[in-house]
Amino acid sequence: MDILIFIILAVTIISAMVLRAFTRQRQNRRKQEDEVEVNDISSLDTSSLSTGGAIAHEHSMEFSDVISGGVENVTVEVANISKSFGGREVVHDLSFVLKAGEVFGLVGPNGAGKSTTLRMLMDIIRPDCGEIRVFGESLREETKNRIGYLPEERGLYKKMRVTDSLVYLARLKNVDTSIAKERAEELLKQVDMLAHKEKKVSELSRGMGQIIQFLVTIAHNPSLIVLDEPFGGLDPVNRMLIKDAVLDLKRSGRAIILSTHIMNEVEEMCDRILMIDKGCAVLYGDLSEIKWRYRNNSLIVSADQDFSQIEGVIKKVDHGRYSELFLGEGVDPQQVLVQLIGRGVRVDRFEISTPSLNDIFIRLVKR
Amino acid sequence: MSKTWIIARHEFTITIRRLSYILLTLSFPLLSVMGIVIYGGVYLLGGEISPDEKRNIGYVDNTGMFVDYTEMGGMVLIAYNTSGEAKSELLIGNISEFYVIPQDYMENGRVSRYTTKREIELPASTIAVIEDFLIANLLSDKVTDEYIVRVASPLNTVNFRLDSETGEVLPRESLFRVLGMPYIFAIMFMMSLLVTSGFLIQGVSEEKENRLMEILLSSVSARQLLTGKVIGLGAAGLLQIMFWFISALVLAAVASVYIAPLADLTIPAGLVVFGIIYFVLGYLLFGILLAAVGAMGATVRESSQLTTIISLPAVLPIILIGLFMSNPDHIVFTILTLFPVTSPVMVVMRLSVGTIPIWELGLSVFIMGASVLAVMWLAGRAFRTFILMYGKRPGFREVWRCLRQG
Repeated sequence: MDILIFIILAVTIISAMVLRAFTRQRQNRRKQEDEVEVNDISSLDTSSLSTGGAIAHEHSMEFSDVISGGVENVTVEVANISKSFGGREVVHDLSFVLKAGEVFGLVGPNGAGKSTTLRMLMDIIRPDCGEIRVFGESLREETKNRIGYLPEERGLYKKMRVTDSLVYLARLKNVDTSIAKERAEELLKQVDMLAHKEKKVSELSRGMGQIIQFLVTIAHNPSLIVLDEPFGGLDPVNRMLIKDAVLDLKRSGRAIILSTHIMNEVEEMCDRILMIDKGCAVLYGDLSEIKWRYRNNSLIVSADQDFSQIEGVIKKVDHGRYSELFLGEGVDPQQVLVQLIGRGVRVDRFEISTPSLNDIFIRLVKR
Repeated sequence: MSKTWIIARHEFTITIRRLSYILLTLSFPLLSVMGIVIYGGVYLLGGEISPDEKRNIGYVDNTGMFVDYTEMGGMVLIAYNTSGEAKSELLIGNISEFYVIPQDYMENGRVSRYTTKREIELPASTIAVIEDFLIANLLSDKVTDEYIVRVASPLNTVNFRLDSETGEVLPRESLFRVLGMPYIFAIMFMMSLLVTSGFLIQGVSEEKENRLMEILLSSVSARQLLTGKVIGLGAAGLLQIMFWFISALVLAAVASVYIAPLADLTIPAGLVVFGIIYFVLGYLLFGILLAAVGAMGATVRESSQLTTIISLPAVLPIILIGLFMSNPDHIVFTILTLFPVTSPVMVVMRLSVGTIPIWELGLSVFIMGASVLAVMWLAGRAFRTFILMYGKRPGFREVWRCLRQG
């Protein structure tokens, strides 16, 4: 009996000590976080952030109906983050902001540091330096509940039923079981997969599995959605389904980060981009502005007869079915069009030549 | 409900529904029932179990000296004139075996034994009866019957064990209690400990292999994930052990009617209390260690191979059970009680047959607790670092650097 009392006492004392140590550690961490918030908030450049609320969407789309609710002025602020692994710097001094209701493209070739950046954004790994603020505060557990993340390396519990997977992973985002069940049913209905709800994930096709992955990402009604290579391995039909869903979520005011190495995906969907190469930012800003900035200052013209000697055109390159006219400094393309029409030329095609994102990337990297 | 508890509940529910868990949980009671049924069958069909049943043994005495004392130890000795006669009786089953005592018996003591049964060694109880029969006949007319009995059985030990501190006589322990209980409890304990830890590593490896880790870590921290898993699977392990204990008590009570040693099966209160404490500590130690190792392996298979190395030391006390039975107070067992990896199984083995000094238990619990905290700290670092490393296993240098730098 004495032994029992002794051991129970010893265990109680040890437990109390451990508990106290943990509590202190936690308190210290909270204190440090609070201090960081107070000290460093001024160092972030938030001038470019939108202060507007959610963007009202004109068309009532399916996904936004399912995951509706109050959308706040979602903002991500990343300031000067860097990360090294084993002495090799994979992300160097990156900064960007993300506004509510926009699709932001994180673009770069494989191995550029995109996934590492997103992992830091999700607090899965910590940056060596710099600061990340989501919804105006440092990343905390509560913040994670408002973010939907579709990583590049993704999967599901193969032996678990589809609904159970959706509900369990939504529960981990602090969604009540009953709400999670309702939402899972609604989402499955939207993608026409309700009939598969009782199936095990392993019984689904690869494409179906990827759709479920996407539903897991948005099942908890997130305000910020982070998608890392979301179209990888998808067939055209499922690709279109997810693309429409992403654009619908954008219209409902969600902030979306789309990380990809496929440039035309970015051109189709993104409002602003950050292009990175070898961990460093090479291009950042509004996509149309970037394309304007990197334009060739040339026109693509296709007409029913040959033309030459047009004022303001310094060079003409014949491509067979169309010609490319290079303009002199400060020449307005409108003047060229007026001249052509004035000469009685029937113009079939007249467009200002803009380089593809791929061309811009290659040009920048070569430089 | 906190996320840790959501994970714990999920892991618990998933585990107790696993076929392998259900089969293992039911295997001990089922095997015990089978054992009892087989034992009962042997008991009912005969053999050397019942002392009341008489067996006929034949003998051919060529010396003419062995005629008396033909009923001994539940056996009836029937004399035959020739070996052929005894052989015929043996073949038709009237006798179970027969002995031929040659004329020159007094010179060399040689006696031939004939049986139809296949035996690996001679049946000790029958041989003892034959020895008594020979001794009794050799001494008859020379000494009194009491003398004959005493010569046949000169030593009937009544063993007493005194408390080393108070000098008081301690209660007698049956052979089953001394030999069987430590073995059974140690095996049960170790199985549950390693199987539950195995589920933990399997879970971690599967989630890593199925690329689920990053999705989980976007909702919970690595610590929440690890703690939730450890709690959920630990609860499943405790449930298993409790089921085994209760079924062992019920089965022992039922079977003790015709298996006398089982009546001695009592589970000491100390064993229950410390069993739970050491299960929790042992499970935490192995579970966290194995989860960290699981995070390093690229596949479930690779992780399982790595964990075998860690699990092996836990079996050491069972390997040394021979030495333990003859000398349970040996210094080796004190060392194994204090060494964290062997401590849970060793403590359970020792407590199933007696007590352990207070200082030893206290120190052992303290070392275990400290080891759990240290392992938690180190394994947490490894878990966080390697859980997202796909396609390759980290080398020793990488692991060392991770543990050193965090």
